[in-house]
Amino acid sequence: MTFDGKSTTKKKISKSTLNEWMWGYIMILPTFIGLMVLNIIPAIQTLILSFQKSGSFGKSTWTGLDNYKKLFQDPNVLQATYNTFKYAILVVPATAIISLVVAVLLNKKMKGVSVYRTIYFLPMVAAPAAIAMVWRWLYNSEYGLINYTLSLVGIKGPNWIADPNVALISIVIIGIWSTIGYNMILLLAGLQEIPRDYYEAANIDGASPIRQFFKITIPLVSPTMFFVVVTSIMSAFQVFDVIFMLIDQGNPAIEKTQSLVYLFYKHSFILNDKGYGAAIIMLLLAIIMVVTVIQVKLQKKWVNY
Amino acid sequence: MGKLLTEGSVSMKIISTKRNTLTHVVLIIGAIIMIVPFLWMVLTSIKTLGESIQMPPKIIPSQIYSENYSAVMKILPFAQFYINTILMIVGRVVGSVLFSAMAAYACARLKFPGKNAFFGLVLFQMMIPGQLFIIPQFLIVQKLGLLNTVSALIIPGIVSAFGTFLLRQFFMGLPKDLEEAAKLDGCTIWQTFYKIMLPLARSGMIALGIFTALFAFKDLMWPLIVNMSIDKMTLASGLASLQGQFSTNYPQLMAGSLLAIWPMLLVFIIFQKKFIEGIATSGGKL
Repeated sequence: MTFDGKSTTKKKISKSTLNEWMWGYIMILPTFIGLMVLNIIPAIQTLILSFQKSGSFGKSTWTGLDNYKKLFQDPNVLQATYNTFKYAILVVPATAIISLVVAVLLNKKMKGVSVYRTIYFLPMVAAPAAIAMVWRWLYNSEYGLINYTLSLVGIKGPNWIADPNVALISIVIIGIWSTIGYNMILLLAGLQEIPRDYYEAANIDGASPIRQFFKITIPLVSPTMFFVVVTSIMSAFQVFDVIFMLIDQGNPAIEKTQSLVYLFYKHSFILNDKGYGAAIIMLLLAIIMVVTVIQVKLQKKWVNY
Repeated sequence: MGKLLTEGSVSMKIISTKRNTLTHVVLIIGAIIMIVPFLWMVLTSIKTLGESIQMPPKIIPSQIYSENYSAVMKILPFAQFYINTILMIVGRVVGSVLFSAMAAYACARLKFPGKNAFFGLVLFQMMIPGQLFIIPQFLIVQKLGLLNTVSALIIPGIVSAFGTFLLRQFFMGLPKDLEEAAKLDGCTIWQTFYKIMLPLARSGMIALGIFTALFAFKDLMWPLIVNMSIDKMTLASGLASLQGQFSTNYPQLMAGSLLAIWPMLLVFIIFQKKFIEGIATSGGKL
């Protein structure tokens, strides 16, 4: 046994303790190896790669901070950082509020709750490429359903996808539409944990539903809401699929819409400069870490445990 | 007194029906917004190209034009996409559920040195954006000569930090007396885990399985990177390749989209209760 040396020097370890250790190691082994090989070591390699210039076929040369110097002077990176923030700032609060409203409305005993739940969740089970395609079609400036509907009320709809001033909003709309269902389910689960008696007591005291919402629902659902906000921010900062599918390379709106992950993908796997791609993703990591620290600090102000 | 009470409850009832009607109105408007893109996808997919660009739009096509589907199936090997996607999902679900359950049980119930360090790695992985792993993962797959294989699709999802975390919470919530009874009966640690605790954690494992399957199905970047050859693509990445080829034939693009999403939609509608419970569990446990 490998632990023999240890057991003689330290306190005598019983056979059953050793047995428990052995099973502990056996049971974590696959996940441990997997995490090391696929995640932990790669994370370190990405950091190292960000200080290198990768040439053709796997040859890398150490270039120190060159990638980072380039990064902070690259107008595309600055614009993509701005785009990413703008996307997150527009999507996260809207999704959180709409999801909460829907969850509150669904959190009662009435007919059709499960039908609504199913419909609101539908976008979540569709492949992003399909979602992007149908929205592209809806957004089509000549034949699209949205601009046609707008024309009925006398509004001339914009060029949703090719207008650099509008395209990001179009992406935001898809982002909100496709995440409401998921967050609504999480919030509904949180709402169902709130004891009914609280509302009954409030009813007896004559508190209005609006007052009940702000005094009972909001504080008691705040831990779930915190989770929803944290995960939504995480995924908003990693937005890629819809932009990739909606905005073609030749689209005039590309600069105003591409996110950091989009740039990461482009540099790492299309332009094949993995070093620079790695530096871009390190920048995103830094941003996410700062945002997370801020959230944890702010959490004390509004989350009730 | 009695009269007053009944009057009160009647007016309360009126208020609550009014409120319910208002609730339904709001929810129905929302539901329309959620479902119209899907309906439009279905309707467009059975129109001729000419009919699809008619103005004002014809909502219901004059006849069902199914040729879009056969045309798209000629362009893309959908049968192969279904197989690849199913294999990827099965591989990732089996791997992550099995290995996560083992690691989670060890973290929840066994005592051994290094346990906290291991759990620290799990948390670390969960807090980091996934793109940080992609370049080296790609290089590993490349080095192993596994580009353009189904294995390449499975590899990054074979273990799951999230799953380990989720199931650990689940095991910690289970009562301890059963294990003690099993121990007294002479069960080994593995037998206790496998025969007693694993069946009890079934709903947690189902939740993780659903979560894993859903996100594997939706994964776009990874399949796009590792499998460039068309017969090794998944539904998600194969569909993405369709756009580049036919960016304006919307009836065909919609037919392709529907071919790519119907299996998951169907599974969701059949097992919606499990799905929704699964998603709620996966969030609620964090």
